[in-house]
Amino acid sequence: MFDMKWFHEASSVDDAIEWLKKDEDAEIISGGTDVLIWMREGKYAGKALVSIHNIPELKGISLEQNGDIVIRPATNFYNITHNDIIQKYMKSLGEAVDMVGGPQTRWAGTIGGNICNGATSAESASTMSAFDANIELKGPNGIRVVPISNWYLGPGKTVKDRCEVVTKFIIPKSNYENFYGYYIKYGKRKAMEITTLGCSCLVKLDDKKTKIEDIKLAYGVANPIPKRVVEGENFAKGKMLKDIDEQFLKEYSEAALSGTNPRDSWRASKDFRIQLIKELAIRTLKESISRAGGKING
Amino acid sequence: MAKHFVKMNVNGKDVEVAVDDRESLLDTLRNQLNLTSVKKGCEVGECGACSVLLEGRCLDSCIYLSMWAEGKHIITVEGLTDENGELTDVQKEFIKQAAVQCGFCTPGFILKAVELVGDNKPYSREEIKRLISGNLCRCTGYMNIVTAIEHAIAHNMKKLGIDYKVSSGFSSLEEKEDSLEEKAKELYKKY
Repeated sequence: MFDMKWFHEASSVDDAIEWLKKDEDAEIISGGTDVLIWMREGKYAGKALVSIHNIPELKGISLEQNGDIVIRPATNFYNITHNDIIQKYMKSLGEAVDMVGGPQTRWAGTIGGNICNGATSAESASTMSAFDANIELKGPNGIRVVPISNWYLGPGKTVKDRCEVVTKFIIPKSNYENFYGYYIKYGKRKAMEITTLGCSCLVKLDDKKTKIEDIKLAYGVANPIPKRVVEGENFAKGKMLKDIDEQFLKEYSEAALSGTNPRDSWRASKDFRIQLIKELAIRTLKESISRAGGKING
Repeated sequence: MAKHFVKMNVNGKDVEVAVDDRESLLDTLRNQLNLTSVKKGCEVGECGACSVLLEGRCLDSCIYLSMWAEGKHIITVEGLTDENGELTDVQKEFIKQAAVQCGFCTPGFILKAVELVGDNKPYSREEIKRLISGNLCRCTGYMNIVTAIEHAIAHNMKKLGIDYKVSSGFSSLEEKEDSLEEKAKELYKKY
């Protein structure tokens, strides 16, 4: 038995909000792969749970009329990786969430939970930051939309109020169209591991595939919160592919590093993280360019 | 806390169980439905011993609320054998390739293997290793488990007419016994 005060299976988002308002101890549960473990460990012991597990309107991925991609929060990681829209337009996100925990976790855990737990190590967080996803929330005071760049307040903290429910992740067409990306999760083991450092890059080349027209670079665990590093992006923006050499890549990785603030933790030292930040910036850039159909040095 | 009636399909049978809303699916399956092949290991979703097939895919039943199982299809190892008690290819291969030692992780691995065979894809050894990464085994060192899954996939590929080669393992029980006997003789000579 889990140590919970009470449990309610919500039938709709509005129903969930009503029940969240009833009790200060009430929290949302979706896939349960974080919340039930916290309950077991004691961090969430005695909390009341409002389940959004079976609300159909919170599941699925769709391509809207205006070209925006909408990912609904209670979609599990497996269904994101294996979704046609994601594979076609947001491949790096599908690959990133395919590195969460183990296969069992990916069949239960959801992207909404991954973003709402506020962890800088969350696999989807850096890639969703690179795509500049907008997060739609519904709460007692109505609906609001928050860009992911304003979402995180600190480790484990987000702007989401306890009584608010995330209803959509919206990725505008201009943020994914013609962008090709790559995500690297560095961890000591290949599975069942929490990210030591995550790096997500998105590259858009010009029509002739000779120049980096636009670039997005985002990290997880390089800062207290997952976020884009504009210092690195600005350094590479507009660069001709033929001019990309060892010297440029070195300077690019230094520029990326200048926008981060890594820390010592029991998982890795600050020095090691600095090395990872630089190395992963180079590797993700090279692979992203290659996926976009470009060739470095010619 | 309250009791609720939850209807689910377990191993092909429709059942209705009165569950406490604080109960994990693991507890319901073991304590109410007596399906003790589902093992209680870490209880935090790390070891995979409590794996069950939910809608065809493995899930850790220790971190899944029974309340969510309403209307779902669940399969445990008890539901794999046919009415004559005949084992599945996966189970036969686990025996043949000596993929079992203490046996605690085995039900979880078998269900994972059933899921992978059901994907009808010619998974390579490397892919199999990645796909079973949510199940831990502390005895076997995984080699024989991966081999057994490879062989089970090979049976299915043969049925589908797809070319698939296994990288190691025994082709029959006799071959396994002969090989073990030979190894024993060698060791006997050596010492």
